[in-house]
Amino acid sequence: MLIQTRNLCVQIGKVPILRNIDLQVQCGEIVTIIGPNGSGKSTLLRTLIGALTPSTGQIIRAPGLSIGYVPQRLYIDDTLPMTVKRFLQLPQRAPAAAIQSSLANAGVPDLQDQQLMSLSGGQLQRLLLARALLAEPNLLLLDEPTQGLDRRGSADFYRQIDRLRQALNCAVIMVSHDLQVVMRRSERVICLNGHIRCQGQPAEVGRSAEFRALFGIEDDEDALALYNHREHSHCAGAMREAG
Amino acid sequence: MLDDFLIRAALAGVGVSLAAAPLGCFIVWRRMAYFGDATAHAAMLGVALSLTLSTPIFAGVLLISLLMAVTVSTLSGRGYAMDTLLGVMAHSALAVGLVAVSFLSGVRINLMAYLFGDILAVGRTDLAIIWGGALLVLVLVGYRWSALLLSTLSPDLALASGISPRREQLVLTIALAIVVAVSIKVVGVLLIASMLIIPAASARRFSRTPEAMALMAAVIGACASVSGLTLSYHFDSPTGPTIVCVVALLFVVLNAAHAVTRRMRAAHEHPTPCLDRQD
Repeated sequence: MLIQTRNLCVQIGKVPILRNIDLQVQCGEIVTIIGPNGSGKSTLLRTLIGALTPSTGQIIRAPGLSIGYVPQRLYIDDTLPMTVKRFLQLPQRAPAAAIQSSLANAGVPDLQDQQLMSLSGGQLQRLLLARALLAEPNLLLLDEPTQGLDRRGSADFYRQIDRLRQALNCAVIMVSHDLQVVMRRSERVICLNGHIRCQGQPAEVGRSAEFRALFGIEDDEDALALYNHREHSHCAGAMREAG
Repeated sequence: MLDDFLIRAALAGVGVSLAAAPLGCFIVWRRMAYFGDATAHAAMLGVALSLTLSTPIFAGVLLISLLMAVTVSTLSGRGYAMDTLLGVMAHSALAVGLVAVSFLSGVRINLMAYLFGDILAVGRTDLAIIWGGALLVLVLVGYRWSALLLSTLSPDLALASGISPRREQLVLTIALAIVVAVSIKVVGVLLIASMLIIPAASARRFSRTPEAMALMAAVIGACASVSGLTLSYHFDSPTGPTIVCVVALLFVVLNAAHAVTRRMRAAHEHPTPCLDRQD
């Protein structure tokens, strides 16, 4: 067990955002959190990294847990000059070899001397991934990492995550809006709406009434479209074996 | 050497420029220009306080600037629109300060000296305070440099690395109050913000890293101080405003130079315009 929450409640100001979250993540597992806007997905991730303090409940971290966090989006202000190499050295200096290999692992080996401003959306997301990898994480937290990427870009990105997970043997918790990707690539899905509505394997969750109500899936045809993607996918099988 | 008032003035100008440069960069990066202005304006209230209590100007200004900066930082987290809040507080503090100073009887006060600076009157003690404050700011900002940069770039990434963006904001706030307090003698409350922002903005187009930008801003600020001082000596113009004029001129010249070199480089890389496509 890498990280576990017990009866976790989080308030922002006086507004309760999360209630009674019980969550466990094992080594090497891929968990996806889905839920409508405002359901507390980002809040949950930010609580796990320690950016927010829970009002009640606790977070139990395994000894030696190292978290790599990829935020939703990085807004770069034009007034701040910053090279990729310098960005990766914030806040700590990192050896050149580590920088090189983390960029290569994230699939963007040749960016070192570029300005952050000049990167495309996809390159920037991969750079954030590279930064997370520098910490040699055994748990990666990704907050809607493909927002703003096109279909192909996000498919590539998720494939990269899969490869990394196998190469580095780290667990992944990610927030995603992309139901098809979720159904295809996750081992466990958590439906969140203030509290955990349902969780389990993608197929089970997809069949549940809570899931359908939450995402406005009305008929079996909608649902079928999601499963079919899953059944025909080679990645799903490969992932199962690896996991 | 320090007997010469011009040498003392030059050293004071350089000291202020060195401290203002890295701090000014953060003010530009974090879009806090108005915040710097407000803190500086509030310094007038500090002047009134110091004159009333007969304490050194530096102490009163430091106290009020600090109060102002902390109040604004705290209130901004509570749902007030930042620019409105700063507008209200900056100008009321300036007005209250001016009224308070006018009530002080028995002291003949040269208001202009506080509003626009009086760099030629910098004494040995002032010089010691200016350089002491400047070194303190450089050490403070230098020590927190990486943490400040990361929380400027992304508060979330900072938090994930165990850095508290609120604490870093407080570091900047304290540094700003010190810079305002030490530069009031040099450029005055109305022009301090320009010494923070203009050198940093001039350096932007020529820098590839944040460190280069801060270094270049320091060089630009120091050059402007010394040449502004020289010009004001020759033309008998007010020194503080002359220094700001020079730095503003540098801003225009450097930006124009950048635009020209970029255009020339573009022309060099694509030497023939696409005229032959017309047929």
